Amino acid sequence: MQVRPQGLYYVPADAYIDPHDAVGRAIITHGHADHARDGHGEVFATPETLEIMRTRYYLKDETQETGLAYGTRHDLGNGVTLWFASAGHILGSAQAVLEYNGTRIVAAGDYKRHPDPTCTPFEVVPCDVFITEATFALPVFQHPPLEAEVEKLLRSLRALPHRTHIVGVYALGKCQRLMKTLRLAGYEEPFYMHGALKRLTELYEGYGQDFGAWELVSEIPRADKHVFQGKIVLCPPAQINDRWSRRFADPLPTVASGWMQIRARARQKRAEMALVVSDHADWGDLIRTCEETGADNIWITHGRVEALQYALEQRGMKAKALNLIGRDESVE
Amino acid sequence: MERFSDLLDDLYFTNSNLAKEMILTQYLRATPDPDRGWALAAISGTLSFDLFKRNVIKSLMMERMDPVLFDMARDYVGEMSETVALAWPQSPDAVRLNRLPDLHEVIAEFQARDKAGIRDYLINLLDNMSPPQRWALLKLGTRGLRIGMSARTVKQTLAKMKDVEIDIIESVWHGLTPPYTELFAWIDGKADLPDMSDVVTFSPVMLAHPIDEEKDLPRITPQTHIAEWKWDGIRVQVSSTGKETKIFSRKGEDISGSFPDLAQAIDFRGVIDGELLVKPNGEIGSFNDLQQRLNKKKPGKSLMEKLPAHVIAYDIIEQDGVSQRALPLSQRRSALAELVATHENERIDMSEDLTFSDTDDLRNLRKQAAQTGGLIEGVMIKDLSSLYVSGRPKHAWYKWKRDPFLLDAVLMYARRGTGKRSSFYSDYTFGLWNDEGELLPIGKAYFGFTDEELKEIDNWIRRNKTQRFGPVQEVKKELVFEVAFDAAQISKRHKSGFALRFPRIHRIRWDKPANEADRLDALAALLGQ
Repeated sequence: MQVRPQGLYYVPADAYIDPHDAVGRAIITHGHADHARDGHGEVFATPETLEIMRTRYYLKDETQETGLAYGTRHDLGNGVTLWFASAGHILGSAQAVLEYNGTRIVAAGDYKRHPDPTCTPFEVVPCDVFITEATFALPVFQHPPLEAEVEKLLRSLRALPHRTHIVGVYALGKCQRLMKTLRLAGYEEPFYMHGALKRLTELYEGYGQDFGAWELVSEIPRADKHVFQGKIVLCPPAQINDRWSRRFADPLPTVASGWMQIRARARQKRAEMALVVSDHADWGDLIRTCEETGADNIWITHGRVEALQYALEQRGMKAKALNLIGRDESVE
Repeated sequence: MERFSDLLDDLYFTNSNLAKEMILTQYLRATPDPDRGWALAAISGTLSFDLFKRNVIKSLMMERMDPVLFDMARDYVGEMSETVALAWPQSPDAVRLNRLPDLHEVIAEFQARDKAGIRDYLINLLDNMSPPQRWALLKLGTRGLRIGMSARTVKQTLAKMKDVEIDIIESVWHGLTPPYTELFAWIDGKADLPDMSDVVTFSPVMLAHPIDEEKDLPRITPQTHIAEWKWDGIRVQVSSTGKETKIFSRKGEDISGSFPDLAQAIDFRGVIDGELLVKPNGEIGSFNDLQQRLNKKKPGKSLMEKLPAHVIAYDIIEQDGVSQRALPLSQRRSALAELVATHENERIDMSEDLTFSDTDDLRNLRKQAAQTGGLIEGVMIKDLSSLYVSGRPKHAWYKWKRDPFLLDAVLMYARRGTGKRSSFYSDYTFGLWNDEGELLPIGKAYFGFTDEELKEIDNWIRRNKTQRFGPVQEVKKELVFEVAFDAAQISKRHKSGFALRFPRIHRIRWDKPANEADRLDALAALLGQ
């Protein structure tokens, strides 16, 4: 395994894992834009991830696609076997398991251990080398259960029924997880949605997810501002305090993100409500996962690398910083 | 404790004052005594004791967490209380509580315990709390709450709950102490307004309207009105029982601590309305001089000798426990003159009645004011029959400020506004050129333009962004504002060396090239340097 300018490179298979530039052969762990890029010659991913990439125009006609369901083994040639294990991050997210010469390396991509009704839970795969992210690797990041955060939103809807609750969510994964959890908590009103969230929500629905009724904001006449009062409007995070949100009566800007645990971060985004919704593992889960894999070596790709490395070494594990660049932390 | 923590979270994340008022009202109505009173005290900053010290928190954390990781976390979060609130590791032998104690139980328990007991209790609470609850406790305990709610907004909320003017709250507020049970008994209609006759309290002040030269000037004659200088200090109320004296700012903030020299010199029983100034070398000093005293919570002896506090009395609100509010100004001025004369005191004198016979004289007085280097802001004109009414009654008092200073400055940075202006870039920082051709910021303004102009400026900013520093957006140095301001002061805190008083956008100079904007010398010249 090497760190090259294009990203993490696995020598025996001549393949990159989540490269950020176009390469000949790419193994893609999941569909988020900082992991899945366009222009690769050959792509290996789960069928769901391929579908997401297709929706986002990351795949061209000439791209050679190989879709591998979780657990399906594939011969990459030169004695290398690839299979995917679920990562619990978003729909289709996977850990890439690479076996060669009796050694097993697991590149976990982004992952989480908290329950998520919109994707398959994380699977622990025993291995020799575990390659982990460290987005939330500080002891201050202890993600609360999502139900508690959703309850906060519902409480606010009851207390401030005249305000339009505009929730900024990332279009892929977070949007759908939040909608589903709200439904499970008994929220029955339609969701109003920014156009940028439509296609991926429909994609999730294509995989059997049911989010109940939702409508596009753009399809409701501008004059009908009252429709949104006391309701939930979902949009990309950048829109909560931008021109787009000016069409709503008395908007209440809300951000749903793992960063929202830090108050100042929420204030910087001018969020009036901060929902801690993360699709990454928190501090405790990062360390627990590294331990559970039984790996002799832990390699850390991006995030608060120094803190995780320190904590793992304190526990007697061998940890190394890969210092991958190009992972965008604001995309969480 | 749960509800208190929820309340703080809701207030912390709410931007609009109106929404904050609603949230606080709901809490105060739904929460029993004495919890709501303690919460009110925590929010308005009137708690007079710490529950525990900051170093106790730190030492508890150091026992529980690797110091290297704690430092990394604190650096990332930027603040200790929040880092502890988020990262607190449960004690292995944590004692589970069936319920969290109420706010008043927490306060009573901490106060009743000794040092070791305080530590144990703090650990027990932290073990049983969620991160926002821990944050609330740590901030409450060390009196470090910053939730962006002013004391004024809190009082406004209380006034609205009882459907009375804020003056009524102001009139009792400074005599009350947490947990404010008498206050809530009155708000709930179960008791009369607390009697504050023996307590030194703030009494809401009367304010003036800007004069409308066309409509108001013809009304004014020497028989019906008096004219006084409008001094450029701060408006204060000197309130004394004869034994105890307090000095309040116009908004009711107790600033006695900064001016003990003045407070100790008062020997009458009454409430005086006047202008607070300092008198270096026996002469009235500039606002800049006064600022040095205002910034000091506990002034040293030498500073007080160099810049002794002084009051120019405008009015008398109460004398010997009797309110003078219902008397006409003519009678109040006589009473004030007598009081100042009988209690001869070098720290108080009475504001002079300026002689005038017609409006031309008034115009001349205003011109004179403009030539005092900023010591005098203009002329006050008051109806002799006016009663002392809190707020801004019509046709009673007028202020006629000298013309503002104007400078052409270049827009440098912008921030988004709040409330109605949220998402619009509405707070502007502007600067002047120095000799090296560098722009140095001289001030900030967020009003003086119309809603239409705001949209145009907002649009311009979006098209001319450069760098971003957190919430601050830097722009191309190309847009010129004509900035109006009342005075300029030397300021060490600003890189340009100057600070403006009351700056506002006078005009947007879309036509003017930025390199033709004013230079810092122009500002120095205004200061007579």
